[in-house]
Amino acid sequence: MRMRLGLDREARRGLLLLSPTAGYALLMLAAPLVMVVTFSFWTQDYLDIDTTLTLNNYREAWSEPIYRVLMFRSLRISLIVTLATVLLAFPVAYFLSFHVTQRKALWLFLITVPFWTSYLIRVFLWKVILGFNGVLNTALLEVGFIEKPLTFILYNANAVVLTLAHAWAPFAILPIFVALEKIDRSLLEAAEDLGDGPLRRFVRVTLPLAMPGVIAATLIVLIPTVGDFITPRLVGGTEGLMIANMIQVQFGKANNAPLGAALAVSSMVIVAAVSLVIYLAGKKLGGKVE
Amino acid sequence: MAPGTNKGIIQLSDVTRTFGAFYALRKINAEIREGEFFSLLGPSGCGKTTLLRLIAGFDEPTSGAISIGGRPMAGIAANKRPTNMVFQSYAIFPHLNVAENVGYGLTTRKLSKAEIAAEVEKALAMVDLQGFGGRAAHELSGGQRQRVALARALVMRPKVVLLDEPLSALDKKLRDQMQVELRALQQSIGITFILVTHDQEEALIMSDRIAVMFEGEIAQMASPEQLYRRPRTKRVASFIGVMNFLPATFVAQGDDGVTVDITALGRVTIRPGMVPEVLNPATIDTIGIRPEMLTILSNDAEPAERSARGSVTGTSYYGDMTYYTVQLAGGGDPVTISMRNTAGRSVLPSGSPVTVGWGAESVVLFE
Ligand SMILES: Nc1ncnc2c1ncn2[C@@H]1O[C@H](COP(=O)(O)OP(=O)(O)O)[C@@H](O)[C@H]1O
Ligand SMILES: [Mg+2]
Repeated sequence: MRMRLGLDREARRGLLLLSPTAGYALLMLAAPLVMVVTFSFWTQDYLDIDTTLTLNNYREAWSEPIYRVLMFRSLRISLIVTLATVLLAFPVAYFLSFHVTQRKALWLFLITVPFWTSYLIRVFLWKVILGFNGVLNTALLEVGFIEKPLTFILYNANAVVLTLAHAWAPFAILPIFVALEKIDRSLLEAAEDLGDGPLRRFVRVTLPLAMPGVIAATLIVLIPTVGDFITPRLVGGTEGLMIANMIQVQFGKANNAPLGAALAVSSMVIVAAVSLVIYLAGKKLGGKVE
Repeated sequence: MAPGTNKGIIQLSDVTRTFGAFYALRKINAEIREGEFFSLLGPSGCGKTTLLRLIAGFDEPTSGAISIGGRPMAGIAANKRPTNMVFQSYAIFPHLNVAENVGYGLTTRKLSKAEIAAEVEKALAMVDLQGFGGRAAHELSGGQRQRVALARALVMRPKVVLLDEPLSALDKKLRDQMQVELRALQQSIGITFILVTHDQEEALIMSDRIAVMFEGEIAQMASPEQLYRRPRTKRVASFIGVMNFLPATFVAQGDDGVTVDITALGRVTIRPGMVPEVLNPATIDTIGIRPEMLTILSNDAEPAERSARGSVTGTSYYGDMTYYTVQLAGGGDPVTISMRNTAGRSVLPSGSPVTVGWGAESVVLFE
């Protein structure tokens, strides 16, 4: 009997306890998703929606150069952000895990301090820092390092990368830190005992074993940044706009929700594909990734 | 190969390691000989692992010197030392398979892939794991992990293999088997092994020589037999096996040896060869005698060098052996006597009056 159901009492009780949360999550996550997917097969007919199913939105989304440009730019920016974030986060996590012996918790706590202010305020702060008359330019002018204000630092893709990398750093540090903490220190001693110097040991033992954390950090940063629209809007200028800004426009000003939905679904599929590739590559590189 | 005649391979001189004000090791002096199976034996926390890590190069002594093969090791990192370690946790790389684990150290040497594969296969055969090369690390049992860790160290052909409680994670039966196998393997390849253990039986079974450590100091360093039969201090005596301690007083010292008066057993003279040179006879206050060196005589006609009266106060039956607790008529604490349950010998109930036989040769003097 129990075998046939495939669940024992314990599991059924667990499910029961989970069900309110699961139901809520399903409602809030799955329902909008289903709506977006459905929308993407409909057509906007001025103020009405034509509900005959069609692939036209996808045709447009995948053939119009503007969407392709935006999609590629989004991917490029978020890949650069991810790379920069993970590369910067790794040494911090490494230092925390291997060189801080006391008050690790305090250090972790300090890393989260920037999160005490709203993300919007932090983006605005970057505007203040990077602007034409901003903190950075004024300071550099004052010391005579530059003659006229730098303009390549705000209202373009660079500013988006910088702002996003700063915002997501803790999310990259924490999983890498956890992965490094989990490494049995006797493995590192064993590597040394078997003839490895510090560099070889890092490449052959530390890095592969930290890979689950690195992959997690990569995905945690990559996936949300592709779809970010606040940062590009505030610091990106026109050449820093990303796909999410276009989706927002389609749902709003352009009044073409079905096309917006098709763009959203397309970018979701692309991000999912990229994530899968990264996950599999990481698995190959570092052995098992839980 | 008689290890006792070999030259030294590791010299420890005044090796001290402190952690803050705490002395984990205090002035350790020892010479470990080429090809011998040497054990560091002592209770948990006495500094065995600390000493092993100093030899391996994971840590540096606070003061004192270590040399291996005549070369001073100060400032030489672990990856440059001719030692290899079998870790207590085995430290098998989880992201590598068995062959990659065993071959890990060989890849830093100038060897072709085929040469490495051949070496790995040889090492695996040595530990009875032929054909296991492709297994993933997590597919191994505890005993197999232990063998992989051993093969990984042996394949490097080190001058010395260091083993930190390598059998403590195994169940009793496997441990007993591995003790014998490990000893046989060490003898067949002739590499020096230094074993850390807190298990006195393990140390006795496997070692050529044992250093007994307490609180960061070596209390006695000797062969297993020497250690068991002639322990230097009461502490060593009670750490290794069971020892009956009886109060005694010094009577006289002469050409025929040292005469003591054992309260419960009477006066006896111990011949000079049996008296430790460093012992000042005047300070003797206790003697020790092992349970198997006392005999319960089945009748008064059974010959014994000496005898004493007593009565049984407790019995523990072990099948092949019976352990009796006997209160001697002469006083003192009750003694433990072990008797082999040979044919015709019945187990005596509590309260039985007995005659206990003993001999001067089995008496150990303590101060
Ligand atoms: N890195 C360290 N810092 C402080 N104390 C240590 C350190 N390593 C060992 N000790 C102390 O030194 C003593 C000996 O430890 P160890 O050599 O591991 O003992 P064992 O004989 O059980 O292997 C213990 O009291 C331990 O607490
Ligand atoms: Mg230890």
